[in-house]
Amino acid sequence: GCFVFKPSTKKRRLSEKTGHDFRTTSNDSEDTELRFVTCQSLWNQIKSETEQIQEDLNKQLLDNLVSFLSRSHSEFQEKTTEWTCRMKFREIPSAALVLGVNITDHDLTFRGLSDVLQDNITPYVALLEAKDCPGIKNLMQKLMGQLMNCEIDVDSLEDEECVQVSQNRIRCSMSSLISWYKSVTKKTDSETPSKKRNSSSRHWQSPPVVVIFKDMESFTTKVLQDFIVISSQHIHELPLVLVFGIATSPMIIHRLLPHSVSSLLCIELFQSLSCKEHLSTIIDKLLLTSRFPFKLGGKVLQVLINIFLYHDFSVQNFIKGFQLCIVEHFYSQPLSVLCCQLVDVKKRVYSLSHDQCENIRRLPSFRRYVEKQESGKQIELLTNDSFLKEETEKLLEDLHVYHENYVSILRCLHVFTSSLPKYPLGKQIRELHCACLENRVWETQEYESSLQLARMLNKTDLVTMLQQCVEILMSSSGKEFDKTVEKLKEFLTQFQNLEEASQERDVSVSSQKELQKKTDLYHLQKTLLELKESRRSKKLTKFEMLRFEVVDYIDSLVRKYLVPADDRTLHEIMYFNAATVLRGHLNAAPRTALHTALNNPHWYLKNQALKCDGGGISNKAPDICIVYKLHLECGRLINLVDWLEAFSTVVMAAEEPNADAASSDQVDDIIHARFIRAVSELELLGFIKPSKQKTDHVARLTWGGC
Amino acid sequence: MSRPEGTRSSRRSLQVKFVPDEDVLKHIADDAGTKVRKDKAQLSVSVKRFVKKLENISDNEAQEILEEKNYVAALGICAQDPVGNGSNISGGEVYSFQTPKRSSKMAELASELAQTPEQNVAPDHSKCPEKMAKTPQSSKNSRRKKKEFVSTTPYRLRKRLAAPDPYLESESEYSASCSEEEDEEDQKEVSSVLPGQKTPAKTKAASTPPPRSSLAKKIKEQKMGNLVEEYFEAHSSSKVLTSDRTLQKLRKRRLNQQTLHDLLKNAPLAYAAEIRDLNQQHESLFSKWMLQLHLGFNIVLYGLGSKRDLLEKFRTSLLQDSVHLVVNGYFPSITVRSILSSITEEVLDHIGTFRSPLDQLEFITKRFKEDSSLELYVLIHNLDSHMLRGERSQQILAQLSSLPSIYLIASIDHINAPLMWDQAKLSLYNWLWYETTTFNPYVEETSYENSLLVQQSGSLALSSLMHVLHSLTLNARGIFRLLAQHQLEKKDNPSYPGLSFQDFYQKCREAFLVNSDLTLRAQLTEFRDHKLIRTKRGADGVEYLLIPVDDSTLTDFLEKEDEDV
Repeated sequence: GCFVFKPSTKKRRLSEKTGHDFRTTSNDSEDTELRFVTCQSLWNQIKSETEQIQEDLNKQLLDNLVSFLSRSHSEFQEKTTEWTCRMKFREIPSAALVLGVNITDHDLTFRGLSDVLQDNITPYVALLEAKDCPGIKNLMQKLMGQLMNCEIDVDSLEDEECVQVSQNRIRCSMSSLISWYKSVTKKTDSETPSKKRNSSSRHWQSPPVVVIFKDMESFTTKVLQDFIVISSQHIHELPLVLVFGIATSPMIIHRLLPHSVSSLLCIELFQSLSCKEHLSTIIDKLLLTSRFPFKLGGKVLQVLINIFLYHDFSVQNFIKGFQLCIVEHFYSQPLSVLCCQLVDVKKRVYSLSHDQCENIRRLPSFRRYVEKQESGKQIELLTNDSFLKEETEKLLEDLHVYHENYVSILRCLHVFTSSLPKYPLGKQIRELHCACLENRVWETQEYESSLQLARMLNKTDLVTMLQQCVEILMSSSGKEFDKTVEKLKEFLTQFQNLEEASQERDVSVSSQKELQKKTDLYHLQKTLLELKESRRSKKLTKFEMLRFEVVDYIDSLVRKYLVPADDRTLHEIMYFNAATVLRGHLNAAPRTALHTALNNPHWYLKNQALKCDGGGISNKAPDICIVYKLHLECGRLINLVDWLEAFSTVVMAAEEPNADAASSDQVDDIIHARFIRAVSELELLGFIKPSKQKTDHVARLTWGGC
Repeated sequence: MSRPEGTRSSRRSLQVKFVPDEDVLKHIADDAGTKVRKDKAQLSVSVKRFVKKLENISDNEAQEILEEKNYVAALGICAQDPVGNGSNISGGEVYSFQTPKRSSKMAELASELAQTPEQNVAPDHSKCPEKMAKTPQSSKNSRRKKKEFVSTTPYRLRKRLAAPDPYLESESEYSASCSEEEDEEDQKEVSSVLPGQKTPAKTKAASTPPPRSSLAKKIKEQKMGNLVEEYFEAHSSSKVLTSDRTLQKLRKRRLNQQTLHDLLKNAPLAYAAEIRDLNQQHESLFSKWMLQLHLGFNIVLYGLGSKRDLLEKFRTSLLQDSVHLVVNGYFPSITVRSILSSITEEVLDHIGTFRSPLDQLEFITKRFKEDSSLELYVLIHNLDSHMLRGERSQQILAQLSSLPSIYLIASIDHINAPLMWDQAKLSLYNWLWYETTTFNPYVEETSYENSLLVQQSGSLALSSLMHVLHSLTLNARGIFRLLAQHQLEKKDNPSYPGLSFQDFYQKCREAFLVNSDLTLRAQLTEFRDHKLIRTKRGADGVEYLLIPVDDSTLTDFLEKEDEDV
């Protein structure tokens, strides 16, 4: 069933090929090279950025782990009494690493962990996965293989041969592991540190052996138990440290291991950052920044976030989706050549060809823009290429500026909305971002209600928020915010003044009240009633007025800067909006496609004959559709004879006009053959299977309609 | 068409076209009593009414398509359409579960489908005077209503009533009410009248039309509950309620693979032009696939129709200059090991064996990581085939595909194929999904399947039989021959248990093939190791020997043997 094909000609280089693919895609070949290069460099930039983020986020965790590991074996080093005491109990120091359900992201964490360990603590790190270790024997084999290989790494390659041989020959047992460990440590002792690589000088003389279980939940209990019991017997000879990767909760250790076994472990718990926070950081650093010219449209971002939240919680997959967006955008949009850093824009705009200029003119957002200009300029824009280029450059600059401002104001708005009760505009900035990208946020009901709520904020909250906003705007690169910052600072000073004034008044009021309190209850009630009445009729206090002013000012900022990107001219160049394409590739529904094809072949085959009605299907439909439709009428078992008969009834009716030599054997056989084919196709698709319950019956495997 | 907004009690407007005679007979035999006669009379009345409704279909095609889409969107959850239209016949109804009791259901649909083109069969109005009153002209649902009618033939009712099951009773109440929106009192009336007769109530309902949305809602809930119950009802009883006809009674002979193939070759492929258009659309994506493969994604194709030709075209047009591996997953004896071996042996030119597929995978991984100029395209037809769908196979293939210089493009067909992969595997595969519905017949893919309808040629079994036997001694072949001959003599006896060991020993001695009990036993062990014979112990403790091959193959084998000797 397998066939290998080897080309006779020499292969070309990979990079050339990839570029070549990109070129063949579009009709205009001029810019594709550049587009591909831009795309690749952008992706590489983003990739390294995400890796950096991941590293930063894991730093805390790794530091903790490293300090734990160095602590755990220091006693073994010094042969202190405490160690011997623990040894008596035969406890293995172990770390439980709670990583969350997004197992697909764990690989990166573990890779980082083992790198850090090898650099800082010990060269002896083994990573074990459940799928490699169905039994204790396999586990030991894997473990020894990894440990002895890393030993080669440290030493020169001279004795590779002997290690290879010994690995195959030595029976994989704990005692051989120990003897290996002893020989290795002795060797390191005798050797001068200069012979080894520089990092190993950081290792202790007898470094611990770290065994990492990547996915503890999927290991068989027996294997884990055996390994722990065996190694605890030898803990005084072999300084072993275990690290368990846990996806669910630390409770699983006790569920997997009986008390007698888990008491052999001295467990310390480490918690990694939750994947949601990870995602927030990624969105913050990748999307809400003006560093990258490429942007995601609202719907696209929604799709990616939904896949994350409802399917896998995997940041890795989110980034994969982001990569796909980039590729799709640069691939399908010829003008994406302009999607570059502002510095390059000018050069690229001026080197645009006539065709590309036409492409610009065809952009819907540009057409809208043209319609708004006066007639003279309209003609210029539509006929004069160089004028168009100038205008394009200006518009692109505008777009960049818009984005810078957008991000700052978005953060400011988020400061306000994230502290409102019930979070009408969402708790996370990504929700707010989506809402703003989708449509004019100030026209939505949620925005209305959040403004209402903001008008009821107390002073201290308001002041801290304003301070935060000032900080955000000060740190942003946008140039337009000087005035805004001034205005906000003015508000702050006003609040300050208000505070002083009110403090004075407060004192006087309270002293007055105290005097009144000395009177009786009746009077108190009366004064309270009066107070209430006065409040109802009273006009707003100074503070309230100021608060209104602040909220209105924020509102005006939002209206000015948080215009959805779709309203901006030339947004098509920077924003990727093909959400359906993305969803189709990442979150496909194969079964729905099958269902549609079987029930409504006209959806795919644009033939008038198939269109006859919506609910059912025409009898001229492809055989498999008819057979499928007929089988839907049956229960658990289907009689093949009945089925065949029904099928031939339908098919004969469809072919009636030309079947004058009615029911000749030839026709009959062909129908029979067609039926057989359709039925075996349904079997291949998994709708039916042969059944032995009754002769000539098949069993339905689906229930209900699909 | 007198009442465009009329009630929706239109059940009786469809003619039952096809009821197999034996079914009718069975009925009469099964259900004695007055009910039967009543209902039978009813049946004959209803036969006269015809599919008048069909006229209205085209009016509301758009609406229907919309509902269809709704249904597809709901993905078989059988959700009712939110409009809450009282007749409750949205997409969910059309495809909803049918209880296994109606054996003639399929035939009905078939005749209905056969009828469809001649929609304008003039119905004989004079013959059904009540019809005009009863036919609800809510044209929107006309077609589906007709189907619903099919599902509630008096025929079915009778069966129901015969079984005094409380659930069934409530169910038929539901079916009465779900197709028409009635007053609550009417509904009560239905349930009270129900045990006796159903039709009068319905007629009444038709005359009191006011629809009630609250009722509709109630019905909806009830319906969901029923759906669940129906499922368990259908799967609890082991009784099979289908007709007893078998293919043998059909005068047609069974086709074998070859004639089937020839016949299908002659049959013209329907909608060839449209299918070609469809395929051309997919072919325009080739270069995009190539790009995405190079960027580290792998590609999986899904959708109805064989994707073999498409992938083959992709291969011939774009992969001619590179090393690539084609795996026919549908091949019945394909294994992961053979895939890995062809990589190690033919791509990497490595001679030697591996202890386990995991070792082999490790070797491949190492080689590909060491040598960055190596790259390999892997095309797998039917990644979801029986042989490859196992967890371990998928794990290995996923790991293979995660190598940066191995580019995988695969196709899947089974409806449950995506269930093969968990999150870990999915992230290793790094799929990009492409819908490529081709409508091409699965010619190659199904040719290996042991279809019920196709006569097995048994050529595979025969050749393996020959092969093994040729490596044995002459005496051993003689022993096997004896057994085979004996089995063929008894082929007409369906309860033939096999040849007992003692008799066999006797026969062998007579033919001077063995000299002791022991030598025969040794010989038999050898046969058993090669799976040439099967032994089983009878009730009396005697050992019986049997060749687990069908008779025709055995005959062929003996003929071949005769030629050889």
